[in-house]
Amino acid sequence: MKMSKVSKVIIYILLGLMALYFLSPFIYMLFTAFKTEAEAIAYPPKLFPAKWLWQNFKEAWNAQPFGTFLWNSILVTVGTTVGQVISCSLVAYGFARFNFKGKNILFMILLSTMMIPWDVTMIPQYMEFKMFGWINTLKPLIIPAWFGSAYYIFLMRQFLMGVPRDFEEAARIDGANAFQIYWKIFMPILKPSLILVGVLNMISVWNDYLGPLIFLQDRSKYTLALGLAAFKGVHETQIIPMLCITIIMIIPPIIIFIIAQKYIVEGTSGSIK
Amino acid sequence: MKQKKVLKRATPYLFILPWIIGFLVFTIGPLIFSLVMSFFNWPLAADPEFVGFGNYMEMFTSDKQFFKSLTISLKYAAIFVPLNMIIALFLAMLITQPVRGVKVFRTIFYIPTVISGVAVSILWGWILNGDYGVLNYLLSLIGIKGPKWLVDPAWAILAVIIASAFGVGSMMLIFYTDIKNIPIDVYEAASIDGANPARQFFSITLPIITPTILFNLITSIISSFQQVTLVMLLTGGGPLKSTYFYGLYTYNNAFKHHKLGYASANAWVMFVIILCLTALVFKSSSAWVFYETEAGGAQKKVKKGGKR
Repeated sequence: MKMSKVSKVIIYILLGLMALYFLSPFIYMLFTAFKTEAEAIAYPPKLFPAKWLWQNFKEAWNAQPFGTFLWNSILVTVGTTVGQVISCSLVAYGFARFNFKGKNILFMILLSTMMIPWDVTMIPQYMEFKMFGWINTLKPLIIPAWFGSAYYIFLMRQFLMGVPRDFEEAARIDGANAFQIYWKIFMPILKPSLILVGVLNMISVWNDYLGPLIFLQDRSKYTLALGLAAFKGVHETQIIPMLCITIIMIIPPIIIFIIAQKYIVEGTSGSIK
Repeated sequence: MKQKKVLKRATPYLFILPWIIGFLVFTIGPLIFSLVMSFFNWPLAADPEFVGFGNYMEMFTSDKQFFKSLTISLKYAAIFVPLNMIIALFLAMLITQPVRGVKVFRTIFYIPTVISGVAVSILWGWILNGDYGVLNYLLSLIGIKGPKWLVDPAWAILAVIIASAFGVGSMMLIFYTDIKNIPIDVYEAASIDGANPARQFFSITLPIITPTILFNLITSIISSFQQVTLVMLLTGGGPLKSTYFYGLYTYNNAFKHHKLGYASANAWVMFVIILCLTALVFKSSSAWVFYETEAGGAQKKVKKGGKR
């Protein structure tokens, strides 16, 4: 469609204004992180720091065992992502490529579990994990991910439904069993969907606050999100270290998103059709 | 031979086995147990005691905070859900315009949604600070004296809404992909017939995306009821419990006051309210949701549950 110059200019102005709204908090935070504490709360505020204090980041990082928190976050993020990708692809394959008794009802149940608020299951889950002896370990944050997650299974199943039937027919004639077909033929085809689920899971687990809050107690077990929130509780008056850690914490998901955004956009498109 | 047949029949179940185990152990088991617990007085450290409908009676008759928190959450949902949808739709319309570099803006608008609720609360707590916050400074430049956002009970809920609207990108993306799928010739035909852009939006785009509006409406009602992280960290439920959301009320009853049975009852009431609202929205949808073909109408289902 052709557009007039005037409407183009209007669109760019609107885009620019909205971008300013979404970006300016980050930009302002980035500049402030290099300031002194006095500059940060000065009124009226200045955009640029008088002197760029790189050591702010180092000092903030050393104020708490953030290295340990980071390591825990990495363990949980990697552990759940591997688990989700494997378990969800198996389950999605089962639902998408076989006919079996009770399939439709089971799939309806799977979809309806997405309606259950976490508030309802969190208390029994806490007691269950306590019984297993998992409280104050990373296990309750990682192990459930190895049993799949309804939304991710749904996304992968939608993707697999679009693959033509003849794909496994040919392999079956060659004598491959169902598991070999899943592993050798469908895993490579599923790649965009695997990346989508992996990235969505990575971002949500990295950012998760309530799970670690409920299941972890010792500081040595904290994830970065929990460590940062605890840091906020203690250092309410010191804004600079908090902003420094916040910046460090938000960088990984932003990078991952920018690299993988193609899959997220396509995945969203696939899921609503 | 018989063994082989059994194996073949069992194969699909083997594939879905991980989910079945997870469903039993981490979903339906806890769900049923939670319902049982809601009929007990269940302290963390002592033995549980059966109280029948006692917990539910207490909520509806003597616990004033229950109705207050419920009202706060309903108020939040009533403002946040439509606002968020309008902004999301507006942004989606912007990034579907055929101008150069529009994809960069798509990325920018989406970025806040990949950021932790902890980080968002720190960021906005700092921006909205009544003493040195930059938002009030900017407002003062245009002659408005900004309120003490997080300290004034009248404004705190709006502060939470502003901070949560930062994550509008995920809904924007869902609208975006749907609008993108509308064939371009539909618009061209309308254009030839003399329909202006506003007319095209209300007569073409909006009716076509009503199923997606329905989807977004339901998921955002569900997630706004479960909003916890942001209020917990941004306002802590205050000032004067003006942002003591229902999710926070439930959480605190469980893990702060250790009233596990009572909190389970709270959670079940929330669940029932969510189910009722969803049913209500679905019921009303036949009046305002249009499917491309009536036969294909069943293809849309609820896809995404609430976020923690």
